[in-house]
Amino acid sequence: MDFQLTKEQEFVRKMVSKFAENEVDPIAADIDKEHRFPEETVEKMAKYHIMGIPFPTEYEGAGGDCLSYAIAVEEIAKKCLSTSTILSAHTSLCTWPIYNFGTDEQKAKYLPDLCSGRKLGAFGLTESGAGTDAAGQQTKAVKDGDEWVINGSKCFITNGGYADIFVVMAMTDKSKGNRGISAFIVEKTDKGFSVGKTEDKMGIHASSTTELLFENMRIPADRLLGEEGKGFKVAMNTLDGGRVGIASQALGLAEGALETTITYMNQRKQFGKKLSQFQYPAFIIADMATRIEAARYLVYYAAWCEDSGVPHMIPAAMAKLYAAETAMFVTTKAVQLHGGYGYIADYPIERMMRDAKITEIYEGTSEVQRLVISSNILNK
Amino acid sequence: MALKIVVCAKQVPDTNVIKINPKTGTLIREGVPSILNNDDANALEEALKLKDKYPDTFITVISMGPPQAKDLLIECLAMGADEGILLSDRAVGGSDTWATSNALAAVIRKIGDFDIIFGGRQAIDGDTAQVGPQIAEKLNLPQVTYVQKFELSDDMKTVTVERNMEDGYEVIKLQTPCMLTCIKELNEPRYMSIDKLFGIKPEAIKVWSAADVEVDLNTVGLEASPTNVFRSFTPAPKGKGITVAGDSPKELADNLLIGLKGKHVI
Amino acid sequence: MAIQVIKDKCKGCGVCIKACPFEAIDMNDKIAEINSKCTACNQCVAACPFDAIEKTESDEVIDLSAYKHIWVYAEQRAGKLMNVALELLGEGYKLAKDISEDTKVYAVLIGDNIKGLADECYEYGAEGVICIDDPLLKNFTTDGYTKVLTDAIKEIKPEIVLFGATHIGRDLAPRVAARLNAGLTADCTHLDVKVSSYIDYANKNTTLDTSTLDPNDPDRGIKQTRPAFGGNLMATIVCPNTRPQMSTVRPGVMQKIEPKKGATGELVEYKPSIKASDIRTEIVDIVKSTKELVSLTDADIICSGGRGLGNADGFKLIKQFADKVGGVVGSSRAAVDNGWIDHSHQVGQTGTTVKPKIYFACGISGAIQHLAGMQTSDIIVAINTDPDAPIMEIADYAVIGDLYKVIPEIINDWDKAEDLYDATTR
Repeated sequence: MDFQLTKEQEFVRKMVSKFAENEVDPIAADIDKEHRFPEETVEKMAKYHIMGIPFPTEYEGAGGDCLSYAIAVEEIAKKCLSTSTILSAHTSLCTWPIYNFGTDEQKAKYLPDLCSGRKLGAFGLTESGAGTDAAGQQTKAVKDGDEWVINGSKCFITNGGYADIFVVMAMTDKSKGNRGISAFIVEKTDKGFSVGKTEDKMGIHASSTTELLFENMRIPADRLLGEEGKGFKVAMNTLDGGRVGIASQALGLAEGALETTITYMNQRKQFGKKLSQFQYPAFIIADMATRIEAARYLVYYAAWCEDSGVPHMIPAAMAKLYAAETAMFVTTKAVQLHGGYGYIADYPIERMMRDAKITEIYEGTSEVQRLVISSNILNK
Repeated sequence: MALKIVVCAKQVPDTNVIKINPKTGTLIREGVPSILNNDDANALEEALKLKDKYPDTFITVISMGPPQAKDLLIECLAMGADEGILLSDRAVGGSDTWATSNALAAVIRKIGDFDIIFGGRQAIDGDTAQVGPQIAEKLNLPQVTYVQKFELSDDMKTVTVERNMEDGYEVIKLQTPCMLTCIKELNEPRYMSIDKLFGIKPEAIKVWSAADVEVDLNTVGLEASPTNVFRSFTPAPKGKGITVAGDSPKELADNLLIGLKGKHVI
Repeated sequence: MAIQVIKDKCKGCGVCIKACPFEAIDMNDKIAEINSKCTACNQCVAACPFDAIEKTESDEVIDLSAYKHIWVYAEQRAGKLMNVALELLGEGYKLAKDISEDTKVYAVLIGDNIKGLADECYEYGAEGVICIDDPLLKNFTTDGYTKVLTDAIKEIKPEIVLFGATHIGRDLAPRVAARLNAGLTADCTHLDVKVSSYIDYANKNTTLDTSTLDPNDPDRGIKQTRPAFGGNLMATIVCPNTRPQMSTVRPGVMQKIEPKKGATGELVEYKPSIKASDIRTEIVDIVKSTKELVSLTDADIICSGGRGLGNADGFKLIKQFADKVGGVVGSSRAAVDNGWIDHSHQVGQTGTTVKPKIYFACGISGAIQHLAGMQTSDIIVAINTDPDAPIMEIADYAVIGDLYKVIPEIINDWDKAEDLYDATTR
């Protein structure tokens, strides 16, 4: 048992932490207020190869591991959950399935642009009538000669308004339920593709969440990702990895909230004493720190499983569930410790609490995680 | 002709984070991160900008320190340097600036061929600004310190720099090889790049001993250093002053003015 | 000279490891061991509760008596002497008399046609002037000035050479020291030659235990005190075995003497041997900055703003304040790092050291490196909402309040201070 990070992992943290401090933190409050997608930050993340950490250098990836990627997401999330969402959706939900399921030709065509961050990726599974229930998909893909014709729409798509490349699920055989789903690679320039309305959300204001519309969209046959009818497997495998990303985001957010609360408690005085000198708030800090530490080990373990080829579905589900609920616990308590100042936008904790909620919802709600975990335990 | 550049870098404790234990008056070092010295990061950045322009440029970063200082070289390579050399030897421990420059000059002599040496103006742990010029002296090179702007002619022979002065700057021209010490106004250092970090080859970082660089042992280390620390101490805090009384800003202001007037300072 | 652990006395308690600023002590088998990072700074000797660490002094004796007198590099730019040169002449005179009755302080003038500056040097305390005059020395060049100054030092053999720690002094001095293989101490803030005066200084200003020092010690080597680690640690440096002893001294630290009109002294015209090919750099242009020169070092009142201003606009209020009280605008490093104000305004370890009559610290928390540059101000007024900010520890007047509310009131009532004061004494 070795709890030591490798030299590379330590340096990834050092680098991304400095990057987040200088490039992400200063604009985090503004982009939240303005609901503005930080294109300039994405460009900078691309420049330093943060957009392709766990992919081989032959595809212009950084040649790193999943744990390094998780650490990078965590460090960005300490300062801005929106920015970490962009990174996480791009890496885990678009680049990863193409890397994992793509043909050599597909990989050669798409991965260099995605890993280098020249192009941004997104993932389309959810529909208005099909969230957790993937088989409820209404989007249909029909083979027509050398082409697929896709009709339908997707909703709540992260990076939707800014992505160039999408991994999209569609029904190729409705009668087969989950086994009738197939995955496709869609480019934003494809004829018949358009971006629908942008959602107005409770939190992560700076991430782009949109509808995707497909109207008789014709794409070449070689855009099928994985085998026909195996789209559900692509989606589920992608989401397993994606959960490590979300868990890292939640972990980072919780850590950021703890840091800012400690700073506040050392400044704020009531009854002639610093808040940190009162036992009740101090004990809450102990609870926060302990949960964060527990979440950290779950998250890093899940990433380690992914790196080591150990099945990571359950560790990822546990990490995501626990880290997300930790983020919610920590930010809610942190707002309370801030009192009135916690409720106004002058302090970052207000944004952090609004942002935290999404980690319990997207890429599988906490209930779905419980379902995955419990069925695995009970059905053994 | 490919440019060859040497960058002198030092691993330093982040002096912004250092605190004093008020009870013992000693430095609290726990949790103080070691960082690449600020001005040295500007020195490396200027070298990297040359490499951006002329990709066959070869950048060697040199440093002196304990074996852990290899971390600094990892950071420099992750930023884009090609090679890192650490001089690590008990024999050079405790060197003052004169002895340090003897040791680093020996490292550079061993490297041999180079066009430009970039260094930081000074390190934040000592703030002496002496090692750069003293290396230049030991290698008999022309130097410019406080470089705030840098240009290399197309034939790569002539360097034109702006040297920062308290009341402006001088424009100075000189020929390579030369030594330049850099200040933060020169550029904005880049971050490490994740792909470069994972791409570092173990053989790109070398640890050399005093014997490897064939330095005269009578010119390095604590014993050989002309300057010695006679005593060291922490500055005494001044006595606590007066908290100005007053409930409103006006009362505070007036009571302050009364106090200052009473002391005949205004 | 080295630090040694007396193994029989060491209990392995680890206090020395914590005290060491250089991570130069390791624990091996519960016995402390000094490693190669040791600079013999003495912190562990003082910290050890068991007297288990000692400093052994080398007893090598070298005849240094051939070196006499103190030289001050009288830096001039475009025919005008720098303030720090005049400050150093005052300090040099004091040190010279502390060494012996017949030790003199000389100003060293280097330039083209600069003999005329000798009188000013005499007025500020120089007993002699060494004039190194040549058209090739019109402007400062590292190569040119290093050559002529090194030659003069080799020939005339001064005991001590002082430089102002200006951008020129800090370029020239290390180069000269390296060529002479002499010791050089950078950015000194205090100098002594007599042990007794060092003891007085230490007792008054520091936490140093001086009981091991003998006030009657005949040693007259220079003791150069300077900040290190961003001002967190002060070190006193000596140069026991080499001559000359060289220091650069921060501008604004030493006191000029009242100029003695008509004072005169010995003029030594040193003929330099210099040719154009000795100088490997070419000065293409000298550009005086168009931005307003902030003479923080000369100011009687400084109004400084820090992070607490919240934004660059805050400096408008600070400027109004400074204009009202006849002061200049200073700043903390945080404000400079945030890009709110130019670096030339920065006070502190990496900026300017100041010693005004009144220092107003507005919204400055008092990071240690800021304190390092202003704590010798005569009066420090801190205006800050945080009563626990470190600046409050050294403030003579702590004003706990919102600077945006308090400063306008000070500006309003500044001219009425006398009346306000009279009202309270009646």
